[in-house]
Amino acid sequence: MSSALQARLTRLGLLLAAPALALLLAYAVTTLVLEIAGDPAGDVWDQILSWPEPRNLVNIINAGSVYYLSGIAVAIGFRMNLFNIGVDGQYRIAAFVAAVVAGEAWLPGYLNTAFAIVAAMAVGALWAGIAGLLRVTRGVSEVISTIMLNAVSTGLVAYLLRKLAVREEGSNDIGTREIPSDSWIGGFPLPGASNEVYGFVIIAAVVGIAYSVVINRTRFGFDLRATGQSETAAVASGVDVKRMIVISMLLSGAVAGLVGLPILFGDAYTYGVTFQSGLGFAGIAIALLGRNNAIGIVLGALLFAFLEEQANPLQIVVGVSPQIVDIMQGVIVLAVVIVYEVVARFGSRLEQRQAGRDLGTGGDAGAGRGGPGDKEVART
Amino acid sequence: MSVSTDTVETPSTPAPRRTRRITLPLVLLGVAGLLLVLALLRVVTGAGDVASSGTISATIAAAIPIGLAGLGGLWAERAGIVNIGLEGMMILGTFGAGYFGYFYDPWQGIVGAIACGAVGGLIHALATVTFGVNHIVSGVAINIIAVGAVAYLAALSFDGVPGGGPSTSPRVPDLPAITIDALADPLGDLASRDIFFVSELAAFLQAFVNGMSVLTLICLSLFVLTYYVLWRTAFGLRLRSCGESPVAAESLGVNVYLYKFIAVIVSGGLAGLGGGFLVLVSSNVYNEGQTGGRGYIGLASMIFGNWRPGGLLTGSLLFGYSDTVRLRSGGESVHALLLLVSVLLIALAIWQWRRAERGLAIASFLIGVGAGIWYRTTDTVPGDLTGMTPYVVTLLVLAMASQRLRMPAADGLPYRRGSAG
Repeated sequence: MSSALQARLTRLGLLLAAPALALLLAYAVTTLVLEIAGDPAGDVWDQILSWPEPRNLVNIINAGSVYYLSGIAVAIGFRMNLFNIGVDGQYRIAAFVAAVVAGEAWLPGYLNTAFAIVAAMAVGALWAGIAGLLRVTRGVSEVISTIMLNAVSTGLVAYLLRKLAVREEGSNDIGTREIPSDSWIGGFPLPGASNEVYGFVIIAAVVGIAYSVVINRTRFGFDLRATGQSETAAVASGVDVKRMIVISMLLSGAVAGLVGLPILFGDAYTYGVTFQSGLGFAGIAIALLGRNNAIGIVLGALLFAFLEEQANPLQIVVGVSPQIVDIMQGVIVLAVVIVYEVVARFGSRLEQRQAGRDLGTGGDAGAGRGGPGDKEVART
Repeated sequence: MSVSTDTVETPSTPAPRRTRRITLPLVLLGVAGLLLVLALLRVVTGAGDVASSGTISATIAAAIPIGLAGLGGLWAERAGIVNIGLEGMMILGTFGAGYFGYFYDPWQGIVGAIACGAVGGLIHALATVTFGVNHIVSGVAINIIAVGAVAYLAALSFDGVPGGGPSTSPRVPDLPAITIDALADPLGDLASRDIFFVSELAAFLQAFVNGMSVLTLICLSLFVLTYYVLWRTAFGLRLRSCGESPVAAESLGVNVYLYKFIAVIVSGGLAGLGGGFLVLVSSNVYNEGQTGGRGYIGLASMIFGNWRPGGLLTGSLLFGYSDTVRLRSGGESVHALLLLVSVLLIALAIWQWRRAERGLAIASFLIGVGAGIWYRTTDTVPGDLTGMTPYVVTLLVLAMASQRLRMPAADGLPYRRGSAG
């Protein structure tokens, strides 16, 4: 076997080993928690790991598409070491603006939809751009500023909602004016299911492909990844880091602006006080889970949606609080990042050993049998 | 990258300026000045509640959970570990306080809060120190786990208990409170007289002698204790050296991993106590979502306070004040504060202009004038917007001051034992 092929196989093995190990770890921890708490672990797993009904499958795909957009928004920042914790605020303020714009229906039919989508992306970008600007002009950490902006957007949306909203008939909830039905994005059915998959899934897929192409195949994407991996190296090769920070914050915010829209155009048709919140934080976890990779994020988003959908009836079926899924999700994320770190260390040691063998030093020159020199290299 | 790149981008920051020691007379002078400003504000705007005794004691009560979270952040970051999981550790602390406070007694509630928070700290330390996981990533994961774990455990422990529910604990008994009648009554009398400045001073003093919880005193003493331990003992010097240059510390024989572990576990314990304070003093019950982002605000107040306990306490009092004001007379007081913000910003703009920071000066001036116009043209600030006060204040303060701040040099950077070349 050629050593190149072997190296590639090793890398692939390590790549697959990490998530598998993390899932096992999460399984073990969750079981332990359930056992200690005196809940029936076996019944819980039976429910969660059963094959979902077609109706549940549709829900999983729908929730997954929302999580996917959120994960991509976070991943854009992650790729250059920016922590956009503010996706949560960005998507809520953007979904609100989209709901108002679409509800006013200044344009007919799908033009109205397109206009609202553009408005949402612009607002999301703007909101994230504040954090980007503060970072490059005033040196404010984007972690802190986006957290503050999340809270500010909560207040702002609540205030504007009260100003602009109409009262829904027969209910005390207030919401924006309902979007006219010719601007809805229709869904498509799945065999055996009464509900429909959001049409917005296609837009989510397009966003994913665009993300993958821009990051991996363009000069901009190269600069972005370079900045993320080594800022000093990027500066040396002529990258304007400040400009990159602002642009990637804007892009991240623009995608974040899309997060609430599948729900808005496919299900809710209005933005009210009950509009789903917390999707931004799930995005962080999902981006980590998917290693910022467009396909990886699909898997992460579907896994999260699957766990949530399957855990929904836990209270009724086995009398266990469905919040156990939050523990599971958190443990999966932490386990994944820890396991990747461990695997990366293990992998680099393997590579060094291989290199030592290839050079024919027999491993005695400090690169082979875990001598002191080997440790030195592995740890730097 | 968390806060860490920011110093890299501004190489001019650590210009050797003489830092002034915060001494007791200076603190007293600061308090007096602040009260004077508030007294003036009351006279000018007629908003009676900006410096009443109730506002001041509520400010202290609101500041303590924020300050404890910030203190937790201080311990961790002084040892070089960014701790964004403070929010999660606080949430763990609320459950610890609710569970042990109800099923045992409130004193054990304190211990329970600290212990639960410390468990969160231990997880964070394991992930970041032992396994070298990115600090922000680990913190975010801990926040997710904590929310789920506490919701799950609370449903398990409090559901079906009389007065409790899946997201609420039954009432936790009170901790003893201290009231010195001999002082509280005359001071209260003076405070209600409406004499310029004297009333404010009396109100301020009365807040300390009228029904102050023991836990409040304990928590306040932790600030002093932290200062003493971190800046006046060999242990503290070693701990801080891990945050400034772990490689140098290692070469001098400091067990960097151990110090980082201790720091992050203490950090979790302090944040947990902050959560416990919310349960044991502020509301007497555990509630889901009780922390409401105070862990994050604590982190911000630590940055505001330039990674020092005194500054951190000032920062958390500021946040506590803006939070209290909005809760008490809401719109009216926040509206009065608009005037203060406007005047301060315009003064700042003049100062910045003289220091040739023209762009910044124009920005401050415009925001200041905007706040002034808002003050003139309205009578009150809507309730939804007053809720944003602490966050907007944080953003403004960070935008104005962040370049004067100096974080520990190796804060947030990965470190592995034996990496010294």
